[in-house]
Amino acid sequence: MAIEAADTVWVLISSALVLLMLPGLALFYGGLVQRKNVLSSMMHSFVAMGVMALEWVLIGYSLAFADGNWFVGGLGHVFLKGIDVYSVTGTIPTYAYVAFQGMFAIITPALISGAIVGRVKFKSYIAFIALWGLIVYAPVCHWVWGGGFLTGEALDFAGGTVVHITSGISSLAILTYLGKRRGFGVDPLKPHNVTLTLLGTGLLWFGWFGFNAGSSLAANEIASLAFITTLVAPAAAGFVWMALEWHHLGYPTALGFATGILAGLVAITPSAGFVTPMAAIPIGAITSFVCYNAVGLKERLGYDDSLDAFGVHGVGGIVGALLVGVFASVGGTGLLLGNSSQMLIQLQGVVVTIVYAAAGTLLIGFILNKTIGLKVSESEENIGLDKTQHGEVAYNI
Amino acid sequence: MKYIIAMIRPERLDAVKRELQKLEVNRLTVSSVAGYGAQKGHLEIYRATEHEANLLEKVKIEIAVEDQFLQSVIEAIKTGAKGKDGYIGSGKIFVLPLENVMRIRTNETGPDAL
Repeated sequence: MAIEAADTVWVLISSALVLLMLPGLALFYGGLVQRKNVLSSMMHSFVAMGVMALEWVLIGYSLAFADGNWFVGGLGHVFLKGIDVYSVTGTIPTYAYVAFQGMFAIITPALISGAIVGRVKFKSYIAFIALWGLIVYAPVCHWVWGGGFLTGEALDFAGGTVVHITSGISSLAILTYLGKRRGFGVDPLKPHNVTLTLLGTGLLWFGWFGFNAGSSLAANEIASLAFITTLVAPAAAGFVWMALEWHHLGYPTALGFATGILAGLVAITPSAGFVTPMAAIPIGAITSFVCYNAVGLKERLGYDDSLDAFGVHGVGGIVGALLVGVFASVGGTGLLLGNSSQMLIQLQGVVVTIVYAAAGTLLIGFILNKTIGLKVSESEENIGLDKTQHGEVAYNI
Repeated sequence: MKYIIAMIRPERLDAVKRELQKLEVNRLTVSSVAGYGAQKGHLEIYRATEHEANLLEKVKIEIAVEDQFLQSVIEAIKTGAKGKDGYIGSGKIFVLPLENVMRIRTNETGPDAL
């Protein structure tokens, strides 16, 4: 196929938009932690831009997209071998495709950092995301988009399964080794600056237009559909979260509205280009309702998913992936159009991904825990990771 | 009556509050301050250059107590601020005589106002 200039422009712009989600995520998470951990928490997102970008071009892209088997891609494109400036994927240069897909590989492990703030060694975090990108992300990406056993079966427009379910479930799995922050459930581990979190939410939403609408890989009607559903679902989700808080707690909180928006963004990711704007409203609303109830589980069950990486990304990703099977009407049909089989395929994809992401993460966690260790010492945790891991403080008097 | 001023490490504040709650001491003032004693400063790194940060973040706790509670409150602050190890820079507790107290709303004075 020939290169289309407009498609190329849109995918390149979208790639830059998705990269901007990393600083957005850094601000989102950074605002939610205590003053003593803000730099370390932001570094979790920033360092992913370095580590994962390199890993992606060296080997990750090959494992996800080179010819392989049902489970994982081959080594045909290691070091981007076999790709040059004239290579074409669809209607865009292959380099643009590698870059765009690379952004997804960058942000997905960074999402996990929200569950483990304030207690993970920095070198262990780097080792963790590097291993996770190869062992968990690349195979699942290959299953869904790269010619693996879910390609053409499960509907996942922009990564509900590949990005949100994998990161959300892995967040929960790695807590097996990292446990709770000291003082969880006893001391108030309050957000130190919610204004950063709101700014981060805005940047995440902005970047998400590239994430979802860019996933059409073309400047066309499907990109426009994905764009508007990415506007509508988070709006509905933000409203639902705000209404629930207002009703239950008496206040519509800023953090609640921001969290609702994020849940809506996660929800619409798998279905962005498969559903109408009017279907995007219930998708956002339903997911927001489910996530609202899910984030309360950690206090009741006693696990410390610090910034709700599982509660929002994991749960939202699962609900969103299943709702594609209900509402799909563009480029696929769902339950509402009388196709019940799609729902079963979606469920299969969700279950397999949950099991695989959990197993892969437990394995990585086990190895790191036995070798370099995952958790900082008690006194380092008390002092904070900014000083102990980075030798800096965020706010000087 | 005595006025207690304690300078402690910021990361020990929650532990000190827990110890004080055990004694049902629930009136205190807390502020973020900077200073140093024997601990001197520590090095921080900005743009690959080490800088001496000679003012360290500390937390100042102020509590007014009746004389009979003085010793137990001091013990509670010590326990919380020291933690397990209690290395240099764990802080100091100052005790000052307190001449009078007045509760603004009711005009109560002295120990009744505490």
